[in-house]
Amino acid sequence: MTLKTMNMPQLGESVTEGTVSQWLVSVGDEVDLYQPLVDVMTDKVNAEVPSSFKGIIKECLVTEGETVAVGTPLCHIEVEEVESPKSEATEAKATEQKPSVAQENQSMKKRYSPKVLSLASEHGVDLNAITGTGINGRITRKDVEVFVEKQTSQTTNEKQTDIYLSQPTQTPATQDNFTNNKQSPRPEFKGDREIPVTGIRKSIAENMVRATSEIPHAWMMIEVDVTNLVNYRNAEKAKFKEQEGYNLSYFSFFLNAVAKALKKFPELNSSWQGDTIVQHKDINLSIAVGNETELYVPVIKNVDEKSIKGIAKDVHVLAHKAKHGQLTKEDMTGGTFTVNNTGTFGSVQSMGVINYPQAAILQVESIVKRPVIINDMFAARDMVNLCLSLDHRVLDGVICGRFMSHVKEILENISGDTTPIY
Amino acid sequence: MTVMSYIEAINRAMKEEMRRDDDVFLLGEDVGKRGGVFRASEGLYEEFGEARVIDTPLAESAIVGVGIGASMYGMKPIAEIQFVDFILPAVNQIISEAAKMRYRSNNDWSCPITIRAPYGGGVHGALYHSQSLEALFASQPGLKIVMPSSPKDALGLLKAAIRDPDPVLYFEHKKAYRLLKEDIPDEEVLIEIGKANTVREGDDLTVITYGLCVEFSKKAAEKLATQGYEVELVDLRTVYPLDEQAIIEAAKKTGKVLLITEDNKEGSIISEVSAIIAEHCLFDLDAPIFRLAAPNVPAMPYAPPLEKAFMVSEDKVYEKMLEVAQY
Amino acid sequence: MSEKNQILTDRQLLDMFYYMLLARRSDERMWLLNRSGKIPFVVSCQGQEAMQVASSFALAKGVDYTAPYYRDVGVVLTMGMTVKELFLQAFAKAEDPNSGGRQMPGHFGHRKLNMLSGSSPVTTQVPHAVGMALALKMKQQPAVSFVTLGEGSSNQGDFHEGLNFASVHDLPVIVMVENNQYAISCGIEQQVNCAKISDRALGYGIHGETVDGNDPVAVYTAVKAARERALNGEGPSLIEAVGYRLTPHSSDDNDLTYRTKEEVNAAKEKDGLIIFRQQLKKQGILTDELESGYESKIKALIDEATTYADEAPYADEQTLFDGVYHQ
Repeated sequence: MTLKTMNMPQLGESVTEGTVSQWLVSVGDEVDLYQPLVDVMTDKVNAEVPSSFKGIIKECLVTEGETVAVGTPLCHIEVEEVESPKSEATEAKATEQKPSVAQENQSMKKRYSPKVLSLASEHGVDLNAITGTGINGRITRKDVEVFVEKQTSQTTNEKQTDIYLSQPTQTPATQDNFTNNKQSPRPEFKGDREIPVTGIRKSIAENMVRATSEIPHAWMMIEVDVTNLVNYRNAEKAKFKEQEGYNLSYFSFFLNAVAKALKKFPELNSSWQGDTIVQHKDINLSIAVGNETELYVPVIKNVDEKSIKGIAKDVHVLAHKAKHGQLTKEDMTGGTFTVNNTGTFGSVQSMGVINYPQAAILQVESIVKRPVIINDMFAARDMVNLCLSLDHRVLDGVICGRFMSHVKEILENISGDTTPIY
Repeated sequence: MTVMSYIEAINRAMKEEMRRDDDVFLLGEDVGKRGGVFRASEGLYEEFGEARVIDTPLAESAIVGVGIGASMYGMKPIAEIQFVDFILPAVNQIISEAAKMRYRSNNDWSCPITIRAPYGGGVHGALYHSQSLEALFASQPGLKIVMPSSPKDALGLLKAAIRDPDPVLYFEHKKAYRLLKEDIPDEEVLIEIGKANTVREGDDLTVITYGLCVEFSKKAAEKLATQGYEVELVDLRTVYPLDEQAIIEAAKKTGKVLLITEDNKEGSIISEVSAIIAEHCLFDLDAPIFRLAAPNVPAMPYAPPLEKAFMVSEDKVYEKMLEVAQY
Repeated sequence: MSEKNQILTDRQLLDMFYYMLLARRSDERMWLLNRSGKIPFVVSCQGQEAMQVASSFALAKGVDYTAPYYRDVGVVLTMGMTVKELFLQAFAKAEDPNSGGRQMPGHFGHRKLNMLSGSSPVTTQVPHAVGMALALKMKQQPAVSFVTLGEGSSNQGDFHEGLNFASVHDLPVIVMVENNQYAISCGIEQQVNCAKISDRALGYGIHGETVDGNDPVAVYTAVKAARERALNGEGPSLIEAVGYRLTPHSSDDNDLTYRTKEEVNAAKEKDGLIIFRQQLKKQGILTDELESGYESKIKALIDEATTYADEAPYADEQTLFDGVYHQ
């Protein structure tokens, strides 16, 4: 008895995976050669996969509805005849030994490239003094650079080496994939300050590159009349501050409105996971808070379950922590949607970069008093722009438009009745 | 020895090969009674009859495709395309079929066809009677492309092309037809396909070119010699596949290389020559690789001053040679 | 069929049935092999066996030349390709005489069988067949060339150029359009606006006729007559055999995205293989015993061929460079 495996076949050029729609046999069934085993669905064709063996189904490895890559084992079949062991005709390929690094052959030692010659001449280097690391003893550009660097550090105590020459000769294995601009030319001016890209700045850079290069961003903006909100908040803010000890921010109302709208349109409360889109049950809002040099994106959990006061409190606590560098990993993870308070800086319009792998980000801009026509009459109203960036793989304009108009509706109808503080 | 023009040499090549081998025949537009619009097949119809000198319907894909079919039987067709500018309808037959026949049948079938087409400018032929289209076919393994630069080469290369067991594109410069004349031996002349030819020796700079530009270069090199610079002049003869060894040796000899083509500069035959030199000759170069070619505009205009501005000429070659020599 | 069948003996009718069945069963096996992941691609003959086998029966094996198109399993088997060879090409193995595993399945070619090598750009084979006919005429061979294509391909320039050339020169070529109603997803009404493909013959001044491609005797009769005309110097014929493609275009296609199951089922009622079988039985030519004998013989052949081809080695990597040019 031998156990054979049936794999997911490649059903069509360019097809890379298939979905098992229905098993036509079950474990224990006896199957004939070419008997249909399973219905498979792919982008190009739907087909019955026939058995390559005659035998008994021992195990089905993929469940109905599951999508697996071409070549993935689908099931095991026990076949009767014991196969005669195949002669090891495919002899193991002799692993070719790489020639040792120490090279006897020095035939290229005197072959100087134009670059090597120009560097040597620029730095007054005698090329006979350099040992080449290139093929057959060839002196490479880097050999000259390393040599020059060594000489320079020996002769001067000051660390004013040419930045270009002080670069490490070996490319570090962990080279950042977003800074592959090592050799790109750059202007050099006296007094320039070099700031190493590390820590938070580095991870911000990585995330931004990833988000902007991978996510197809789309953008939309709506204008909201928040006069009611402004009046309501103005009426309450002094008392609130007195009672709670922190500010009753506009931002809390926006977060509240967004959470309500996300509840209604869960499509936006989702994340891109490659082959699936995950719609999240919890509404955890990432908010952007910054100090002088860094930007943090802590998360307020379960915003839909919190009162305005609860939200205001969380915002206050997280901002405080951010300012003092006390944010924990716990504070920063689990976000399902981001709301960015760009209005703080007086911005009236901006395009947010989506917080990967979330599906969208909302920018709350400055509330500005503007003349608006109501019933054919000018009125001074408090207006705010809300800007949404969306991942077009996950979302489309229609759903986002409906989401935005729902947010607008909530905000325009804010009052003590619709939105109690406690 | 007999003095012969370039076109007379082509005529002689076909005549000799048709006399030598009954399987050789000519097909194309106006090749029969008229003897070709340039008179390249003059006298063939009279000598070999309409069965072997076939006036075809005006349809290039059929001229080539029918030729391919006949060659698969074992015939040796010479398919004439009246101007290389009109070869494009036959490109599918040339690239998808002729070039791949041997390979796709795993050596079972082959396709010994010769496709002749006049190319090149300087004859007031404007956009569609002046082009050089060799680069279009020069990345298609399975094809060979020869471009003779002199009457003797025209004779020897065409005879070799007809006898070749694989498809050969034979591009003949229409300005050279009656411009170039030389003494040619009366005995058989055969020139090996795939080998470049050193036309002139020198040690100051190397010029690599083909076709009518060889003639320009010969003259310009003589003039440059009076300035004290000697040119090593290489005629590629076969522009695909290239004679890499000859190119490398010639480039290394002087370290200064000027590549010349009448075709547009981008993606031309000399682009590939340049790449070969760059790959193999880094340490032997004494100057950057220079190229002289037609500008990157769609094709040669009709009006004389524009045509002149487009076309490579002896003067342009001389100026460029001097620049490279003085580098 | 009742009156026509006098031109064929019972033995011939049975042989035709056998080859139709062999083509159908071979094709069915290739689909199974594809769906179980053993071979990456199948392009099918199902529904066209009658026209393919019957037309080939009207040719002279070893004398006439064929340029089959990619569905012609029935043609290639009838003209002498073995089942083993057919499966070697499906598995792309070194021993495959068509291309040694270089081409996708369905790209036939077999020099020993006078079968021209085909490619994927459609209709390029028509000028080849015409060229072959030209060579046959020049060499005064008592043979014809036979070429097939789909109805969609009859829109290509090479169809027109080839037929016109053949007509002008009265060449012995038979062009059979296997009209299976579909050019991948596009129905005939999206391909042509004439009542019959054979109407196009008028424009070339040649014999044209449309026959029921599900009726092997009708197809045989038409091709046989075309062959006679060709050998008598009466030039080419255009025969349209009307049938139906019972499978998707290829193993990569889902035909239910552009046609209905009902339509396919209705066509299956007219399947030439089934009808021919019924007729032969009714006439007492085919017995149940004979039929089951055929089935088991065919199954054994196909089983053997499958195993052989599956276990046969692929071409060695070293052979990648073979056959670019004559060596």
